[in-house]
Amino acid sequence: MPQDARSAPEPVAVTLSVNGETHSVEIPPSATLLDVLRERLHLTGSKKGCDQGQCGACTVLIDGRRVNSCLQLAVMNDGREITTIEGIGTPEHLHPLQAAFVTHDAFQCGYCTPGQICSAVGMLDEGHAHGPEEIRELMSGNLCRCGAYTNIVEAIEEVRRAREAPTLKAPTLEAAE
Amino acid sequence: MSNVHPYVGRAHPRVDGALKVTGRAKYAAEFFADGMVYAAAVPATIAKGRIVSIDLSAAKSAPGVIDILTHENRPELPDSDEPYLNDMVAVPGSPFRALYNDRILYSGQPIALVVADTHENARHAASLVTATYEAETPTVDVAEARHEAYDTFEPRDGIPPPPPPRGDAEATFKGADIKLSESYRVAPEHHNPMELMATTVIWEGDGALTIHTKTQGVNNPKNYICAVLGLDPGKVRVTSPFVGGAFGMVLRPQYDLLVATMTAIKLERSVRLVLTRGQMYTMGWRPDTLQTVALSAKEDGELTSISHHAIQATSQFEDYQEPTVNWSGLIYDCPNVSLKYELAKIDVSTPSDMRAPGAALGVCALEIAMDELSYRLGMDPLELRLKNYAEKDQNDDKPFSSKELKAAYAQGAEQFGWKDRDSRPRSMRDGKELIGQGMATGCWEAMMQPHGGRATLSAEGKLEVACGTADIGTGTYTILAQIGADALGLDIDDVTARVGDTSLPMAPPEGGSWGAASAGNAVRVACTALKEELLKAARGLHDSPLANASLEHVSFANGKISLVSDDEKFVTFGDAVRGSGSADVTAEAMFEPDEDFAGKYASYTHSAVFAEVRVDEQLGVVRVTRIVSAIAAGKILNLATARSQILGGVVMGIGMALHEETMWDKALGRVVNANLGEYHMPAHADVQNIDVIFVEEDDKANPLGVKGLGEIGIVGAAAAIANAVFHATGKRVRDLPITIDKLL
Amino acid sequence: MMNFSYTRATTVGDAIEAVAGDPHARFIAGGTNLVDLMKYDVERPGRLVDITRLPLKDIEDTAEGGLKIGALVPNSDLAYDTRIERDYPLLASAILAGASAQLRNAATTGGNLLQRTRCYYFYDAGVPCNKREPGSGCPAKTGVNRIHAILGASDSCIATHPSDMCVALAALGATVHVEGPDGARTISFEDFHRLPGDSPEKDNTLAHGEMVTAVELPAPRFGKKHTYLKLRDRLSYAFALVSVAAAVELDGDVVGEARIALGGVAHKPWRVPEAEALLKGKLPSSSAFEEAADRLLKGAAGHGENDFKIELARRAVVRALFQAAAGTPQVQSSKIVN
Repeated sequence: MPQDARSAPEPVAVTLSVNGETHSVEIPPSATLLDVLRERLHLTGSKKGCDQGQCGACTVLIDGRRVNSCLQLAVMNDGREITTIEGIGTPEHLHPLQAAFVTHDAFQCGYCTPGQICSAVGMLDEGHAHGPEEIRELMSGNLCRCGAYTNIVEAIEEVRRAREAPTLKAPTLEAAE
Repeated sequence: MSNVHPYVGRAHPRVDGALKVTGRAKYAAEFFADGMVYAAAVPATIAKGRIVSIDLSAAKSAPGVIDILTHENRPELPDSDEPYLNDMVAVPGSPFRALYNDRILYSGQPIALVVADTHENARHAASLVTATYEAETPTVDVAEARHEAYDTFEPRDGIPPPPPPRGDAEATFKGADIKLSESYRVAPEHHNPMELMATTVIWEGDGALTIHTKTQGVNNPKNYICAVLGLDPGKVRVTSPFVGGAFGMVLRPQYDLLVATMTAIKLERSVRLVLTRGQMYTMGWRPDTLQTVALSAKEDGELTSISHHAIQATSQFEDYQEPTVNWSGLIYDCPNVSLKYELAKIDVSTPSDMRAPGAALGVCALEIAMDELSYRLGMDPLELRLKNYAEKDQNDDKPFSSKELKAAYAQGAEQFGWKDRDSRPRSMRDGKELIGQGMATGCWEAMMQPHGGRATLSAEGKLEVACGTADIGTGTYTILAQIGADALGLDIDDVTARVGDTSLPMAPPEGGSWGAASAGNAVRVACTALKEELLKAARGLHDSPLANASLEHVSFANGKISLVSDDEKFVTFGDAVRGSGSADVTAEAMFEPDEDFAGKYASYTHSAVFAEVRVDEQLGVVRVTRIVSAIAAGKILNLATARSQILGGVVMGIGMALHEETMWDKALGRVVNANLGEYHMPAHADVQNIDVIFVEEDDKANPLGVKGLGEIGIVGAAAAIANAVFHATGKRVRDLPITIDKLL
Repeated sequence: MMNFSYTRATTVGDAIEAVAGDPHARFIAGGTNLVDLMKYDVERPGRLVDITRLPLKDIEDTAEGGLKIGALVPNSDLAYDTRIERDYPLLASAILAGASAQLRNAATTGGNLLQRTRCYYFYDAGVPCNKREPGSGCPAKTGVNRIHAILGASDSCIATHPSDMCVALAALGATVHVEGPDGARTISFEDFHRLPGDSPEKDNTLAHGEMVTAVELPAPRFGKKHTYLKLRDRLSYAFALVSVAAAVELDGDVVGEARIALGGVAHKPWRVPEAEALLKGKLPSSSAFEEAADRLLKGAAGHGENDFKIELARRAVVRALFQAAAGTPQVQSSKIVN
């Protein structure tokens, strides 16, 4: 079969579980998880910054692990539990990391932000970051062209410490005022 | 000011923060419509020549394909430059026209646009388009074109050409004992905002379009697209409520706007076009610039001559220009100055403004040269700057509207601990690392633009402030809400800011650091006009307690208009609005910069940047461990977002100093590292401690006293780092970025 | 990106059969490299066989006292596995030096071995490349080549292998277990990847339809006397200009056995047993380490922009050997090279 004249493969039926909701979609095998989230499920919180696994803006959690959704074929994630930024928190009920990002002004344009936050959620659960130096290394897969890095690290470090010492009050929006 | 605790000047959290951290903020590629189709661009693989043929047969028969546009079958496009010049940021020359004809002007130029029912099918079919070319040998290295450099170009609007020479720099330099003349080059860079270039055109029916596009100002793409495609402006609305970074890249309309809109009109369907990251390396960039700086000085450090010559790359079809050398006649006091700025054409896309265009490159060269001079003199680099401190703008022979650079030097040096520095190169070390400390001066023009603004108060006491500018991450939403809240004495939660929509009052593209001063003052004057309207309505009420009051006699606070002399006499906002006879009271106003003031004074922002690096002596690994950036930029509207802007500029400066380089293959004329894996912008691990200081500066150029912050953070940052690397290693690197290989 | 058809394999045998019978079929696991290459039309498989649900996810003890790592063990799980952290810290360190946390979560052990070069020209389907299209030419030789090979390159290809993990596996003397239509076999690590020669399109010695099923590590050695030192164009999330995996066993004061492997310099992890042998019986010293480095880099040649890599590699080898001999390995989150 000459490769370039290949006909369309049949769409495949896939069941994706996203933020606790089940979605049945018919998609071509070449559809990435990121494109399915954005274009078919209209969950545009996961961002496309490079489409090559080189920026981290598309980071989501699959079965609790942070991955680049631009490099995941959606069809391969049938049945797995996917969490996107929309499932982390809402404007009315921010996750502590989301609140800390606002408090520390840990973003500017906001485009890398959902990926930074999903990545930070994954990183804190992994449990290998014990301070700013390790946070910087383990968050290096999330580029920020606006250069909010120092604020991002401060925001994550504050939440990390609060998690380690649960008696500390979690950061809130009001804290900045 | 009626508000006891004004919001302006505080570190108020971003009003759009919750939307951004929850993924609810909508960017250009995140709007939907029924029946929307997806487009994918096909780039040229040669850099110069013409298309002989395009084979669409395989692509046309691919699943889901709806249409394929090329120069051969596209809808009508105008054949004169005039319509395409409806771009407020156009440069002299002949603007690029996508899919216009068979000429290839640069590698990656779009040659076809594939339209399909889904993103996947469009991408698939695009990979099946093939073309044959008649290729010519491209030149993509400005050094190879330098012998054809010219200064006979038509000056670009808003970019002052170098001032005429003052004194005799050449003769002075010739006769000087202490002098240096060196060449500098900063690698070409790309803006690389995190968001991909994107346009979503919504076909509203009956020829009406809503265009969501990545832009730094919605009016510019609207004017452009209406002129080029002959559209009725009344039927076109352009929005960009959120912009995922820009840095100058989307001041001008890019080809995604034209081809997506053309396709939507042809198909009478909604269209989404998102470019790939690689395709974003085939449009605006920070131009490759060859610079020579010559300095001479007396033994006490007094500068006797400055010469600065730049040859800057531009495309074959436009004379892009930026103010690169002018800074060398401005920043230091010097009687003999000679500045020369030339262009050289190469086979690339036209460069575009990128954060502090001109200054980022020109001041970098000057400030490395000043550092070199300090070592020739055996003088502290900061002392040398102070010795030659300019008290007036010698380029234009005007006093500064304000200049607290001395305070920035002093506070920056104090915070950094500059006085403890051992001035000798290679004198400080810790284990296997050499420690270096360097500094540099930064400068950027404080500009303003005529700008519209609107303020609307509802009977419920909610204020909306609005204008057609963009918030590209700088914090515009927040500062406009702060200004509005202060003007009406409201809680900021009762204020909504709107930007990024052509239905809002006229605004120019935001850039050049003029956004805050222009949009901020526009909202301020609109709020003043609103207050007049409200007062008028309040006065007209039956038995109004404010019957004879004028604006000076009343205060706006706590939802009331009260007499200053007797706050028991008041009209509530709600009563005033209801008294107006409408559901709300609205006022629009234009902010016009004070031309008289601008004629008398030169207005600039300044910075003093101090950097510490640690360099592994054997391996050349550089770590930027500490930066202090002290900024003099007039009134700071929001300490949090202002600080973030400076942090961002500094981080981009770290990239310029150590990492960033767009690399062209000279034979192929093609960018080889057109991706974020091989074009290295700083990552988390590269950025450690950055301190930002805002020094007090009282400026009268506009009523808010604001000068703008978008550019100043990067200016001088790369030079300070390069100077620190020299101090650490004794090695002077004059071509940035300073990668490992240059330190071995 | 080309369209393709997709099947999910439930057994190793089914997967092999599906791929072996179709010249355009490929296995897919983590996809972190393959999907990227497919988007840029560098890889154009007609069919993908998903092997992620195969039972190749365990790390088992071997009779020889080593470990057998299933091909589908994610890079991050491997790096943080307590046995790997304790007994093979060099491997853990090398993995953590590579890519990003997200990519390590998705990428698999087998896939890491099979990742393809990051040569700019290989990645751009719009230009010639002998690795991508045999016979089309190699623009890298006279083009932008600061990241390219200084050792073992050929006239037709100067690409490098981009893996960090593989550099450690080479130093540790791992064995690759593969299964194919003709049954199972093992390949020593040094024979797994190949030099480009006249057929740079082949990165390794696998036949079509053969699948990596496991990577086996010999019994642990070297204790804390190891390091993975990676030098690159930014301090994280970048491929190596040069990397060094080094491990040393001291016999009293002198070197008993040493292992040195280089990354970022050749089409495969670069190991020269003679260079390692030179260290035997020597006191750890600059002169001994430099001699080994020179032997390791014998025949190194640059192509212009990458000439610096020869000296950089030499210095990196010396530093890495000091780190290893002192038992003070590089910590990947620390950007200070100790």
